[in-house]
Amino acid sequence: MSFFTSRLAAACIAVAAMVSPAVGQDLELSIIAPAGAGGGWDAAARALQDAMVKSGNARSVQVQNVPGAGGTVGLAQFAQSARGSDDQLLVGGITMVGAILTNNSPVDLSSVTPLARLTGDPLVVVVPKASPDQTLADLTAAIKGDVANTIWAGGSAGGADHILAALITQAAGADPSKVNYVAYSGGGEALAAMLGGQVTAGISGYGEWQGQIESGDLRALAISYPEPIEGIAAQPLKAQGVDVELVNWRGVFAGPDIPDETKAALSTAIANTVKSPEWQEILKARGWTDYYAPADEFATFIASENERVGATLRAIGLAK
Amino acid sequence: MDALTQLFHGFGAAILPMNLLFAAIGVLLGTAVGVLPGIGPALTVALLLPVTFQLDPGGSLIMFAGIYYGGMYGGSTTAILLNTPGEAASVVTALEGNRMARSGRGGPALATAALGSFVAALIATAGLAFLAPWLVKVAVRFGPWDYFGLMLIAFVTVSATFGSSPLRGLTSLALGLWLGLIGIDQLTGQTRLTFGVPNLFDGIEVTTLAVGLFAIGEALHVVSRHAFAPEKPIPIKGSVWMTRKDWGRSWKPWLRGAAIGFPIGALPAGGAEIPTFLSYTAERKLSRHPEEFGTGAIEGVAGPEAANNASAAGSLVPLLTLGLPTSATAAVMLAGFQQYNIQPGPLLFVQHADLVWALIASLFIANVMLLVLNLPLVGLWVQLLKIPMPWLYAGILVFATMGTIAANPSVVELLLLSGFGVLGFIMRRYDYPVAPVIVGLILGPMADSQLRRALQMSLGDPMVLFRHPGSAIMIVIAALALLAPFLFRGLAALRKEED
Repeated sequence: MSFFTSRLAAACIAVAAMVSPAVGQDLELSIIAPAGAGGGWDAAARALQDAMVKSGNARSVQVQNVPGAGGTVGLAQFAQSARGSDDQLLVGGITMVGAILTNNSPVDLSSVTPLARLTGDPLVVVVPKASPDQTLADLTAAIKGDVANTIWAGGSAGGADHILAALITQAAGADPSKVNYVAYSGGGEALAAMLGGQVTAGISGYGEWQGQIESGDLRALAISYPEPIEGIAAQPLKAQGVDVELVNWRGVFAGPDIPDETKAALSTAIANTVKSPEWQEILKARGWTDYYAPADEFATFIASENERVGATLRAIGLAK
Repeated sequence: MDALTQLFHGFGAAILPMNLLFAAIGVLLGTAVGVLPGIGPALTVALLLPVTFQLDPGGSLIMFAGIYYGGMYGGSTTAILLNTPGEAASVVTALEGNRMARSGRGGPALATAALGSFVAALIATAGLAFLAPWLVKVAVRFGPWDYFGLMLIAFVTVSATFGSSPLRGLTSLALGLWLGLIGIDQLTGQTRLTFGVPNLFDGIEVTTLAVGLFAIGEALHVVSRHAFAPEKPIPIKGSVWMTRKDWGRSWKPWLRGAAIGFPIGALPAGGAEIPTFLSYTAERKLSRHPEEFGTGAIEGVAGPEAANNASAAGSLVPLLTLGLPTSATAAVMLAGFQQYNIQPGPLLFVQHADLVWALIASLFIANVMLLVLNLPLVGLWVQLLKIPMPWLYAGILVFATMGTIAANPSVVELLLLSGFGVLGFIMRRYDYPVAPVIVGLILGPMADSQLRRALQMSLGDPMVLFRHPGSAIMIVIAALALLAPFLFRGLAALRKEED
């Protein structure tokens, strides 16, 4: 219970003293992870917490989990409680963009203040070891031949994995509304379906299936990153003639209607954290790819992602 | 024999004083958070992750394992004493366990739960050590059709077992299935029956339903009947410890519970709940005292408690061999591995053999520690029951409500809890079993998703369920279990006519 009361206390202090701190060392922040313990956003929030405190860019940081509905429950709560606040942050990512559209969420990312894009992980397209598809070209030919019989496995419906499956189907010259995508609660459960040979192909974050790819149980055909990544043998979709790129990005947001100087202070603290060796060490340990972009660039990026994800979801028939 | 030598080396590492200390801290913390509803082992491990970053990987993973096992132990205590299951896997324990506690046999109930957990965890940890690589190959072969068959068996057996008649059981189950529909559909991401309330998007929280139906419903029921009765605490009958008869009635359920719990826990989508329900059904069918079920049968505590601990060990099989977390706690433990640059998966046993075996060895040690910690506590815990009833139930109400809001701080959650409390009271008043509602809520969405996945993979052909031998056999068993009682009754009637 203690962290709820202390969060309340932190909020009271924020209301009492609306002074934006000039130096990062004074920051006492709380980060909302709009997912349960164990998820990607929870990991990102706790990693940011760790790096900000250790690199001296904040005095104390607390993480609160508000799980639900692809992050939209946490987003809705944050948009209300963090209005004008100088000490509250929210972690989010591409899945949230999709969830806002599929759930008809009343609150979207335009109502919060983007601060920085942090990480961007490649998704990987794999087939089981015994699959007849040896290359990406084999797979796209199979899709073009019989789109319904190409069964995909991946994470939640309308999430990044699903969107990539639809984009690849479209690029292969088939109807994206016919994509046969079997949604699992996460990469883990989808992995069992892949290893059991129940599906044709699978999509997940590269890190989640790295072990099976290295052991040869899964064959990686392509990654969704625009450029090749060091240490990953699979080449980008783009380099293999499928003009699709998708990055599973995560970023951090501040509340709605914050004063410019607050935004500047928070952005600086995060920019300094991202440059710190502590953060780089975490990225390496977790296998995350640095995808930092400052506030303004991040805001433009979200607008374009929103457009693209929306168009894909409409093509699949998951959003109106 | 290779595994045995490796395990021996593992014990060598686990028995280092520092690692023993970490295991002890882990089981203490785990038991504490298991007893308190609302703060689960998953959140505890998540909070500890940054702290343990400084430690060596072995030490902190050993501590996490202690928390994991400890949480499973602790959950049964509140279920038995306060009828407040802290987690879904302890729901079944509350059924018979609380009846036993209220008839003055709380001590034996707690003891059989602790010993059963110990025995089952021991067997299942041995299973993890020696069978994991083989078991995982079988487990990934389990397709959506097979899961659907397993769910059907669970539905049929549960609705036939709980309650005074199958019809009442099925009615309760249907209510649970309906509650299970609420929320975002996993396969399409669309919301169902949420009426635009964001708090319902993720569905009804199982613990909210369980605590509402069990603890609050029970409290209301007691209040409605005891309004004018004089206050008196529950007397403790006989010994606090298990008698020879209790032992005799407990050991087989422990073994059966372990046998049911471990393999199902090892399935990538098995979970800890199905085995507890199946174990309860099995014990009720096999018991020589079936009439005691519903009034406090020790087999009904021993079996399910063994099953839930065995499944906890089972769920480490996919975590260690596939990197596939099947519970929230396992997911956080996975993050724990990753922070040391260790990726659980097919190569883990090869690349980090020493670490894995130290972890498995420390699971054995944590298990012994838990028994040593919990058995003496039994005598202390049962003192709780000496509290006069009105005080005790007032305490339960506060405890249950606080736990629910701690887990999910929202007004909607509180309203749901009260609503389920009233529902539980009404169901008790009109003699409908409450457990099938919870089974429906947990398994309904799983059965729904698995059936639709199966159909999606077969391009809409329902025969897929019969083309795979596993699912075909399970569906036939489920159909037989549903129809057999009626058939036997019909045959008996026929014979009577012939006579």
